[in-house]
Amino acid sequence: MIANIPYLAVAGLIIIGLYTLLFKKNLIKMVIGITILESGVNLFLITLGYRMGSVAPIFTGNADNPVMSYPVPQALTLTSIVIGVAVLALMLTLVIHIYRHHGSLHVSKLGGDDQ
Amino acid sequence: MIEMMLETFETGTGYWHPLVWLVAFVIIFLIVYIIRGFGEKKYKKGTGQTQAFLSGNKEYDKQLMHVQSSNLYWGWTEALKWIIDVLKKMHTGNVSDYVLWFVVVLGVLLLFVGLM
Amino acid sequence: MNIVDMLLTHAPALTIAIPLLGAFLTPLISRVSEKGRNIFAIITVGITALFVFLMASEVLSNGPMTYVFGSTAATVQQSTVIRILFEVDALSIFMAIIGIILSFVAVVYSYAFMEKNTGLDKYYTLLLLMTTGMLGMMLTGDMFNFFVFLEITSIASAALVAFWTNKAKAVEAGFKYIVISTIGALFVLFAIALLYGQYDALNMAKIAQSLGISGFTFIDKIALVLLIAALAMKGGLAPMHMWLPDAYGRAPASISLLLVGATQASLYGLFRIVFTVYGDVISLPSISIGWILVLLGLITMLIGVIMAIIQTDFKRLIGYGAVAELGYMALAVGTGLTIVANADPNITLETAPFAMKAITGGLFHVINDALDIGLLFLVAGAVYYATKETSLNKLGGLARNMKYTTIFFIIGLLAVSGLPPFNGFASKLLIYESTYQLNPILSIVAILSSILLLAIFVKVLHSVFLGPALPKYETVREVPKSMLLAMAVIAGIIIVFGLFPQVIVTNLVEPAANALVNNSGYLQWLTGGF
Repeated sequence: MIANIPYLAVAGLIIIGLYTLLFKKNLIKMVIGITILESGVNLFLITLGYRMGSVAPIFTGNADNPVMSYPVPQALTLTSIVIGVAVLALMLTLVIHIYRHHGSLHVSKLGGDDQ
Repeated sequence: MIEMMLETFETGTGYWHPLVWLVAFVIIFLIVYIIRGFGEKKYKKGTGQTQAFLSGNKEYDKQLMHVQSSNLYWGWTEALKWIIDVLKKMHTGNVSDYVLWFVVVLGVLLLFVGLM
Repeated sequence: MNIVDMLLTHAPALTIAIPLLGAFLTPLISRVSEKGRNIFAIITVGITALFVFLMASEVLSNGPMTYVFGSTAATVQQSTVIRILFEVDALSIFMAIIGIILSFVAVVYSYAFMEKNTGLDKYYTLLLLMTTGMLGMMLTGDMFNFFVFLEITSIASAALVAFWTNKAKAVEAGFKYIVISTIGALFVLFAIALLYGQYDALNMAKIAQSLGISGFTFIDKIALVLLIAALAMKGGLAPMHMWLPDAYGRAPASISLLLVGATQASLYGLFRIVFTVYGDVISLPSISIGWILVLLGLITMLIGVIMAIIQTDFKRLIGYGAVAELGYMALAVGTGLTIVANADPNITLETAPFAMKAITGGLFHVINDALDIGLLFLVAGAVYYATKETSLNKLGGLARNMKYTTIFFIIGLLAVSGLPPFNGFASKLLIYESTYQLNPILSIVAILSSILLLAIFVKVLHSVFLGPALPKYETVREVPKSMLLAMAVIAGIIIVFGLFPQVIVTNLVEPAANALVNNSGYLQWLTGGF
């Protein structure tokens, strides 16, 4: 059961992220919700690489052969974190421009569906 | 190469040859043009002979008679008002609603694949 | 001989590397001269196009081509090696040809269309980055690499949609687009992580082989549903299509053209995963999984067409038309999938030959739709350039001043609604005839949508080009020559594809459809050792 706690945390983070996106009306809160969703997926990637009782996958000069966790999910997670930073920067820039145009951050201002 | 360009386009149950269509179109166009040439050639432009006949009514200025684009197809949009209103209410422009549709479709697909 | 062979072996990597290098050299060159930067962007995309056509001639005659970033040995001491593999087969090169044609026309069109704007060095950088991302999505054979290129494309295109930051609506559309793209990409990453956790492989061919050995487990079903839903959202299928008219309608016209290519690259990802990665196992016991795509396609067609009739903004209307056309592609390939993915052993491709024709029609429609809707967007951009007006109620009588633009719009109108002799008719005929044999209602809805598309664009023709001459548009002149050249290139390709459809279908589309249905060609390098 204790080994499943990271997976429960992943589910919780994804649900919190989706809840923020669906039900909150402030644009900055929606951006934070996307960041939480992305942290959940990154946590899932990292948790996949763990083996019971393992150490970091770095070859030191020691002679003993400890169990190492998989390095590939760690590389994937680093890539994903960098992509998340770029997306966050772009989203916040667009929120700044929206604030300059409308003066408020309410999501209904983004309607623009002039039919 | 020329032969490759002249092949017929086969669907499973029929065929379509665009060059044959083009030749038929040109032939029919020529026939229509010749028939048009049998019409009345002598007429005076600018008098009442070239104006549209509106049962004796005066023809209005062209700019007043032009139908604006939001009023075109009025009959069609009026007849389908029930579905157009439902669709207009669906397209709110709100980002949360876009994500809500995604979650709904994801839920429906999970039920579909899980139960069948 | 030697130099061409060397270029050919490295062509997949160079196709990605040259626009990427050009994207990062553009700000440097723009310090020196502005016109030099525009010419440099055109030359970069032109050289990439040469490489794509070189790869096309090789792949269509000799079979799939692979390129490895990493070790050439598949295993080292009985453990698999970490590397990224690009695999170019007939479907990938078909989509890459579409992408590079759209990119070249967009760059040539931007030469005059964006001339009076500032910040153009960022525009050309982002455009070349978007080309890189699009081509990378189509050429890669690795799932996580697909995710990375998907994110590159969405970030670059969201920044380009919001390019005119002085307009509030463009920035809003960019924000909505990046939120939707990020959510879709995160769920794709979640599904890729699920598949990696099951099979310890990120390569598409290796996952396909492992799936064939282990069968269709519950986790695979969850991963498949997540991938279908997320990629369908990025591909603009209803009811998740609502970002599409916003983003297509508020972007500059040349970017709307490239966004069509990016949307179709997401649809390519969907087809690749459903047919090639899951190809051997995808069969549910009671109903085929292709019905999902068929239903989504039906709803997309109807919603797209009905919403388009009531629009009053030029490019937003074309955006809804693009949504309807995407429904055709999903409908056709879904019809093929219902037969290919069938659990009943009596229903195969031999007993139901309409499935192959349906997939061929759907793939042929991908290139036809990109060209037709692209031409309509370019005409909308030309009208905006000349009159600075986008509302259909205020435009009128422009055919007197802009004769060539009107002719291109009429060609685009006839092609989009599927009238002979243009290319829309050829692909739509395939779709009508093959979906009729699955269920007649599908074909009826498809024909109805074509008629309504004709109605929509005749409405636009009447409002914008025909009608009395308005006094405020008396000084409107024809658009510059580079824009006319870009539109003429696409119109020329439309006419050529319409007059000789069998040449295109036999040489380009049928190899792609065969590669999609039969994934043994994709997996052949696994046994051949590479």
